[in-house]
Amino acid sequence: MPGKTGVLMKRLFVRLGILPFLLVIAVIIFALMSDNFLTSRNLTNVLRQSVFLTIVSLGQMLALLSGGFDLSVGTIVAVSSVVGALAMAGLHAAMPEAITLTIALGCLAGILAGTMIGVANAVGVAFFRVSPFMMSLGMASVGFGIALYLTGGVPVYGMPVKFGDVFGFGSWAGVPSPVWIAALLIVLMAALLYGTPWGRHFYAEGGNAKAAHLSGINVTGTLFCTYVLCALLAAIAGMLLTARLDTGEANIGASLPLESIAACVIAGVSLRGGIGRVENVVLGALFIGLIQNGMNLARIESYLQTVVLGSLLILAVVADQIRLRYVASLKN
Amino acid sequence: MNGEPPPLLSTRGISKDFPGVRALDGVDFDLLEGEVHVVFGENGAGKSTLISLLSGATRPSEGDLRMYGERIELHSVHDARSRGISAVFQEFSLIPQMTVEENLFLGEERRRGILLDRARMRREARSLLDDLGFALSPRRPVHLLTRAEQQMVEIAKAFRSDLCALILDEPTASLTDPETEQLFALIGTLTARGVGIIYITHRMAEIRRIGSRITVLRDDRRVATMPVAEATDESLVRLMTGREVGRVFPQRPLSAGGGEILALEGVTTVDGTILDVSLNVRRGEIVGMAGLVGSGKSEAIQAAFGVLPVKSGRIRYKGSAVTRRSPARAIRAGFLYLPPDRKEEGLLMMRPARENMSLAALDRAPVRRGLFLDRRAEKRIVARIADHLALSPNQPERTVDHFSGGNQQKVMLSRSFAQDFDLIVFDEPSVGVDVGTRAAIYRLIVDLAKSGTAIVVVSSDLPEIVNLSTRVYVFYRGRIQAELTMPHITEEGVLAHFFERAA
Repeated sequence: MPGKTGVLMKRLFVRLGILPFLLVIAVIIFALMSDNFLTSRNLTNVLRQSVFLTIVSLGQMLALLSGGFDLSVGTIVAVSSVVGALAMAGLHAAMPEAITLTIALGCLAGILAGTMIGVANAVGVAFFRVSPFMMSLGMASVGFGIALYLTGGVPVYGMPVKFGDVFGFGSWAGVPSPVWIAALLIVLMAALLYGTPWGRHFYAEGGNAKAAHLSGINVTGTLFCTYVLCALLAAIAGMLLTARLDTGEANIGASLPLESIAACVIAGVSLRGGIGRVENVVLGALFIGLIQNGMNLARIESYLQTVVLGSLLILAVVADQIRLRYVASLKN
Repeated sequence: MNGEPPPLLSTRGISKDFPGVRALDGVDFDLLEGEVHVVFGENGAGKSTLISLLSGATRPSEGDLRMYGERIELHSVHDARSRGISAVFQEFSLIPQMTVEENLFLGEERRRGILLDRARMRREARSLLDDLGFALSPRRPVHLLTRAEQQMVEIAKAFRSDLCALILDEPTASLTDPETEQLFALIGTLTARGVGIIYITHRMAEIRRIGSRITVLRDDRRVATMPVAEATDESLVRLMTGREVGRVFPQRPLSAGGGEILALEGVTTVDGTILDVSLNVRRGEIVGMAGLVGSGKSEAIQAAFGVLPVKSGRIRYKGSAVTRRSPARAIRAGFLYLPPDRKEEGLLMMRPARENMSLAALDRAPVRRGLFLDRRAEKRIVARIADHLALSPNQPERTVDHFSGGNQQKVMLSRSFAQDFDLIVFDEPSVGVDVGTRAAIYRLIVDLAKSGTAIVVVSSDLPEIVNLSTRVYVFYRGRIQAELTMPHITEEGVLAHFFERAA
């Protein structure tokens, strides 16, 4: 029999998952390694840098809830960035006065282009029952190819300066504007998942698709929306990233599929579908941002950072398995 | 002690603790050679824990396990099997894509050097199956076998090593009557050879038919062990529940039924599981659908609900044509179908009971208000139903997989209360639930019918059909063989139409 604290830790672990433990460990380690880590300026920085991953992870969570995943989120970010930047640069050259209109149309074009990748995923997964693995892997290649073809591999310049000023570096009431947008999306997502019947449909479809079907839930439609919404969120992240970088690039986002899945899994989203919470996923994404920031401060080489990230993902999956075993032993 | 030989398998003061819960409490249990020892009890009484200890799946926290009087420790299912103790659980451990012989020798493949000795395995498989009298081809893939045949493979697997104790967990739950007969014959052969059998069932008739002794468990303890001949149905129910249970079946409504709600006219499905079926259901009726497994009794309703595609014929619901309509639209129109397999098709096992209970009611008030869910109304409704059905433990926020089988069934069936429905179909509503829960389910069904809801009960359990229905359709090979009304609804009357009509 394990000791009392052992049982308590076990229960905490079963209830909360691995994230709180990792978070405490990471904060302690990085605080010891660098004096700058726990300053408010640095933590604001973490928040700003984590915005893109947070938004993408919200979409990835939907895909995971349905029991699938989306490996094309990185490509979606790239496509929306490239298309949005090209549209904006073209419009800006054609009508240099109408800056607001240019920005609006450019964002619309970028988000639409990225979402179309998601529509393709959705058609494949929901209507033709292609496995999400094959479908999103295939679309990742298609999208990346399109983005490279459109740009010839070089960054797209020529967007209105105001775009970067407002959406990349601007801030309202002292909070960076991308953080505001992320916060809005988080609230909308929580409202959708917890407050509406359709939110319940996402959980039901992933929890047991047959039962959901027999309970009158439109399973195909729900699955379709899953991949479209996932892409929409990734595309929004793509436009925000473009604003931050001031260029449209085909090479951004390559690490996002891994990072977003890691953020979700560390936050307790089940790979088998049907389980996951918005607030935890946000924490998961922030945690990964924190790790990256901490490693930068501690001057860990970027190649090694990739090693750490991959290991964390695997650790999270292993922890999830162990957790399931504990759950089984806690019930009779 | 006395001169009797020590029992084949026994436990002394055996207990099992899980953190915070005691799942089995000081149980003494003996299995003698050549007997069928029935273990009986409500869902959650400790039966599953007992057999998982005896089969080596889990290890006891206290007490000991003896074989022929000697203390033994079982480290794994594999270990138990090598000592001759094998269990056949309700969920089979077969690999569907593999053949019978590949499954039989899984984990104990016969080899010549590092290569598989296929010829020897085929020979041994053949002789094993012949020995047991199973008419199975060793080269047939398991997914092509019927459920009963799969069970035979599972039992044959137990014979790879010298079998002395066999544990059967509700083996007849999904067998047809002839298949059940076949199983009983096999049990007879085994006991004649001295094999001891631990048999778990909820069915009284089976206990009488094959049991030698019976042990009743309640609240994780053993309350009695006696010869089957001395046990009456009443005494067993009293021992099991610890209280007097009134009649299992409530008084059914006797009205002839109101307006027609569902009608099938000459319906044939694309897959041919039902052929030219015509039937109707009226408000306030309880219509029983009887027949063998695969006779089309469930498929007819599934076609009406929109799960099975219809090739020809017409379906009318509330007077309008609804042929080829989706389940979602059926439910919106007040037609609910509750499937037979709660784990496969009924429940979101990892989600809270509450979400499962309200699942079919999300699209309408009071659970839905405009674009949003009214979570307070949902909680209120769920709490009311949980009280009404005596959900145990009464914690709707628990995930469904933390409930016992009977309570899982209650969670699924409570969907019929979360919303006002006009027609509710219960497909095998009492599979794998104990008598107490069963009585609660029947009360629920009759109450709904009395309030004017049209009810259809699809069931392989004859007493259920005979004691609940106000009208019965008997299916045979995809067609309706007979329609029976009140004075003719008896076991003999229904059974007479179960098989091919003479001439």
